[in-house]
Amino acid sequence: MIQLLYDGSYEGWLTAVFEIYEYKLKDVVFAKEEISNTLLFSEIQLVITDNAKANRVLNGLEQRLSHHGFNNLYFAFLSEMGQIEEILFRFVEYVFSSPMNIEGDLSRNEVLNVKKAAHLTGKESHRMKAFVRFKLTKDNLYYAIIEPDCDVLPLIEQHFKNRYADQRWLIYDAKRKYGIYYDLENVSTVEMQFESNPSSRSLAEINDENEEFFENLWRNYFKSVNIESRKNTKLHIKHMPKRYWKNLTEKIPNLNKR
Amino acid sequence: MEQERVMEKLAILADAAKYDVSCSSGQSTRKNKNKGLGDTGGGICHAFTEDGRCVSLLKILLTNHCIFDCAYCVSRKSNDIKRAAFTVQEVVDLTIGFYRRNYIEGLFLSSGIFDNADYTMERLVRIVKKLRLEENFNGYIHLKAIPGASEELLKEAGLYADRLSVNVEMPTEQSLKLLAPDKNHKDVIKPMQYLKNEIIGYQEEKKSNYKTPLFAPAGQSTQMVIGATKENDLEILGMANYFYEQMKMRRVYYSGYVPISYDNRLPAIGTPVPMIRENRLYQADWLIRYYGFNVNEIVGFDQPNLDLDIDPKLGWALRNLHQFPVDINSADLELIQRIPGIGFLSAKKIVAARRFKKLQPEDLKKLGIAYSRSKFFLAFSSPFYMQKDLTPIQIKSQILNLQNSKYKNNFSNQLALF
Repeated sequence: MIQLLYDGSYEGWLTAVFEIYEYKLKDVVFAKEEISNTLLFSEIQLVITDNAKANRVLNGLEQRLSHHGFNNLYFAFLSEMGQIEEILFRFVEYVFSSPMNIEGDLSRNEVLNVKKAAHLTGKESHRMKAFVRFKLTKDNLYYAIIEPDCDVLPLIEQHFKNRYADQRWLIYDAKRKYGIYYDLENVSTVEMQFESNPSSRSLAEINDENEEFFENLWRNYFKSVNIESRKNTKLHIKHMPKRYWKNLTEKIPNLNKR
Repeated sequence: MEQERVMEKLAILADAAKYDVSCSSGQSTRKNKNKGLGDTGGGICHAFTEDGRCVSLLKILLTNHCIFDCAYCVSRKSNDIKRAAFTVQEVVDLTIGFYRRNYIEGLFLSSGIFDNADYTMERLVRIVKKLRLEENFNGYIHLKAIPGASEELLKEAGLYADRLSVNVEMPTEQSLKLLAPDKNHKDVIKPMQYLKNEIIGYQEEKKSNYKTPLFAPAGQSTQMVIGATKENDLEILGMANYFYEQMKMRRVYYSGYVPISYDNRLPAIGTPVPMIRENRLYQADWLIRYYGFNVNEIVGFDQPNLDLDIDPKLGWALRNLHQFPVDINSADLELIQRIPGIGFLSAKKIVAARRFKKLQPEDLKKLGIAYSRSKFFLAFSSPFYMQKDLTPIQIKSQILNLQNSKYKNNFSNQLALF
């Protein structure tokens, strides 16, 4: 068994796929560089990300898939589902071994699993377009912290850029420890460390003087539009699963209330 | 001090607006321009209240002062409640403040009728105009068209709003007469008709000149209150069908009546909200809009009400067993969509996958299709799946037994005896 060690990027994984074909490797598993749980008795091969190799795989796939099917691959990769690299590789093998476009062959696991993973990422990215809650700082930056199940920042960037074209904003993924920042011109990726549990005093120092008022208005609004006699907790939790609550203003009780 | 007052107004005027159930924020084509604020797209639900409903827009009344006394309405003149009114600037600031924090997709603004229709409508228009022209706000705006307002004002509203709506509220003229003596259907239909023509005119003009200014790009919608009066589902769906076909409505909303009054013309306080019926009406509405069903296939004079215990598609299938079983390996997409347990996404998956192999029951399960429900209506050629001839009642009871319905409690009267 050969373990292919790549840098965790999509291009890195595509390079690894290229090398499997280039060196006719059999019986491979993928591993990200930082993961140290090296398999016993396995040979390790280091993959150095090479855009030329990655592009050749992409071009091959683009010719054999619809636009939607081609994008699904990237979506599935970002799902970070267990063994997603292997799932995707089995799909790629099937694509290259068939004379026709196989993305509709949903009764085959190779195809169905990729569709499921892509669907998961698509859903999560839609959710994050909804669940980002910006807070305004004293120096006019709108910032938000999210902890999505999948690595969706690359997918939601354009949406926020189009929508909030006239305000500086930062969305930080606390799980993956990076964020995207818009400076009124471009969006760039930033790496930084956020204090995980800032005290209310330090927030008061950072935040705009009206920030807390708006948060309370929103909580108040959220409460007022509920119809008590239609209470349906199951449905509420289905749409807003509890794991997201800690970053949702309306689900965080206001501790400073007089 | 000022902040406390705004906080209180928001509670009052959001509470009064919440019985208007429309929350859709998609279907508009407005894009961000000149690096301003906001755009519209497929629609996003930013939060969900504890009753499970979507929060997509800041839905408020400009004021809950009202000269009308409609029995079903919480803001009726004779109701002893706290009254409040926002200023134009307050609504603008709330909308922008919420939008910039990504709480909402935009604004849904309605109002009680203070003074007269034109005066009210003029205020609503002033707010949207300010948002569009002074704040360069390109987010979604749903505006109520006030019955009786002048056509000039309605036209101006259409130039700035994404969607306009006039609520018919009561499905029939008699009910409206009974509960809202100040209103009649004619007043409601007239602005709908005007808006319909303006919207069609805009769409035509746009074909020849893409620079034509937007006019209510997300169309118009309306709402009917369900269960306050004695109309049956045939009357309700018939009315809805009229709105879809004659008024080119994008949506008709059904709002299960929430008892809010001791008025003896209405269900008493404490009567449960008819949530199941409301759900069945939405299901029927979906079948008409997306599944190619005709309203007459779902309800009719011999069948004026939807079944509460089963969904309308299953109800239709049980009344039309002669159309089954269907062979999913050869049938048209339109027919596959009509099989209970198979939605239009599943139907598409089936049609894609069957090009590669003959699909078997295991394959359907894998695709996520509710096989245990659909199996009564399917035929497989190989191996031939012999379905014993079951009567509609037998099929119904088998399906009801295997599903764990969220509404089960409402139907198990017999069990409650033990």
